[in-house]
Amino acid sequence: MTFCGATTGLEPPLALLAELTHRCPLRCAYCSNPLALDPASRELDTAAWCRVLDEAADLGIIQVHFSGGEPTARKDLEALIAHATGVGLYANLITSAVLLDRARLERLRDAGLQHVQIGFQDTQPAKAELISGFPGGQPKKLEVARAVTDAGMALTVNAIVQRHNIDRVDDFIDMALELKAGRIEIANVQYYGWALKNRAALMPTRDQLIRMDERVRSRLPELKGRLVVDYVVPDYYAKRPKACMGGWGRKFLNVTPSGSVLPCHAAETIPGMSFDRVTERPLADIWANSAAFQRYRGTDWMPQPCRSCDQKEIDWGGCRCQALALTGSADNTDPVCDLSEHHGLLAEIAAEDGGTAEVPITYRSFSL
Amino acid sequence: MTDGVTEEDRVRLAPGVMLRQDRVRGHWQLLGPERVLILDEVALEVVRAVTTQAQTGQPPVTVGVAVGVLAAQFDAPRDEIAADVLEVLGDMITKGFLTR
Ligand code: SF4
Ligand code: SF4
Repeated sequence: MTFCGATTGLEPPLALLAELTHRCPLRCAYCSNPLALDPASRELDTAAWCRVLDEAADLGIIQVHFSGGEPTARKDLEALIAHATGVGLYANLITSAVLLDRARLERLRDAGLQHVQIGFQDTQPAKAELISGFPGGQPKKLEVARAVTDAGMALTVNAIVQRHNIDRVDDFIDMALELKAGRIEIANVQYYGWALKNRAALMPTRDQLIRMDERVRSRLPELKGRLVVDYVVPDYYAKRPKACMGGWGRKFLNVTPSGSVLPCHAAETIPGMSFDRVTERPLADIWANSAAFQRYRGTDWMPQPCRSCDQKEIDWGGCRCQALALTGSADNTDPVCDLSEHHGLLAEIAAEDGGTAEVPITYRSFSL
Repeated sequence: MTDGVTEEDRVRLAPGVMLRQDRVRGHWQLLGPERVLILDEVALEVVRAVTTQAQTGQPPVTVGVAVGVLAAQFDAPRDEIAADVLEVLGDMITKGFLTR
């Protein structure tokens, strides 16, 4: 979330990612959910989520993102949105759209929903199905997207980019314009969870990325004032890392379906971490004091070269989960940084996994 | 395109955008999809002036009418206010908070 005009220093969090469920009819190859998915029986109930929303608003959180899995698989979504809105939170819905229809969208809007973000796997139906493992998704998504703007809500097209669709970034932009979306998020797949498992099937080549980058940049002037473009430059070809989550424990809280509170949605992949649960400790206490949030908050934990770098309060040493996935330890500088001794690894991986070949996909499932 | 917001234009909050006072931090802000824009006193009055009428269900006033209201309110030369208002509005349209 962009927070224009924010000052530095530890402040109350801005946003809550509420992962209501890991259930989802799709089986996306790039899904960032953990390999060990929470079963429905472990999901927080309505009352527990309402309490989380109360505590989030009291803590200073401004926006809540109802996500998953597929959040519309929860029958109490209307009630949760109404509750969030009632305590002053701005409600976003991050959805695959395939379980929605016009009537339910109108109920969600009446409950206070402001913004719907729909994930698109491709602009071509057959290709989208290859990635999502879900037949008939594309026409449904388009129909729901139109219903979102008809109902007066804001629409974001989330274009999730990987080797199979990266050459159609122009088509994604045209689709967003045609759907009257206010915003498009062009997000290159980040390789956590199921996506990491499928990296060799998804990662594009450097040439593909350069072409995409040129296309996106050439469209920006014409889109100014018509379509907000949030464009994330792909990590594996970058020289400096992003401030992951705006810095660990600085802006975001993530609550998993079973109630664990994470500084980022991939934090469970880090060994030796323990996470407090909303059912056992107040959210404000978890935010301020829990071991998981303290572990990489600020700059005290940093190794060299970050420790003596003038960028350390800008990118906060990059992403912990990426440092773990690529260097074997979450305590290291994010290897995306070209000052990291492990930076060479990225070029190796990109050369090995980046490509255009058809590599079989492992679709996500509850039992591996 | 946002070039040339004029005094004849009418602007509204974009879909999914709301004006709200932050309960914990106290300041006024525009909330939109994945976005927050903190408003200083002047920006807040500009947003109010251009959107107030629309919130009662009527068509929004023109930017020119809002400039007149603001010039009186801040007791400042109309031309100066107009230039500032057009700039602020252009910026908010680019960021997706307002629409024409
Ligand atoms: S990425 Fe795909 S499979 Fe994963 S939660 Fe989203 S829609 Fe479902
Ligand atoms: S050394 Fe660390 S702080 Fe400096 S740019 Fe690289 S990741 Fe950022």
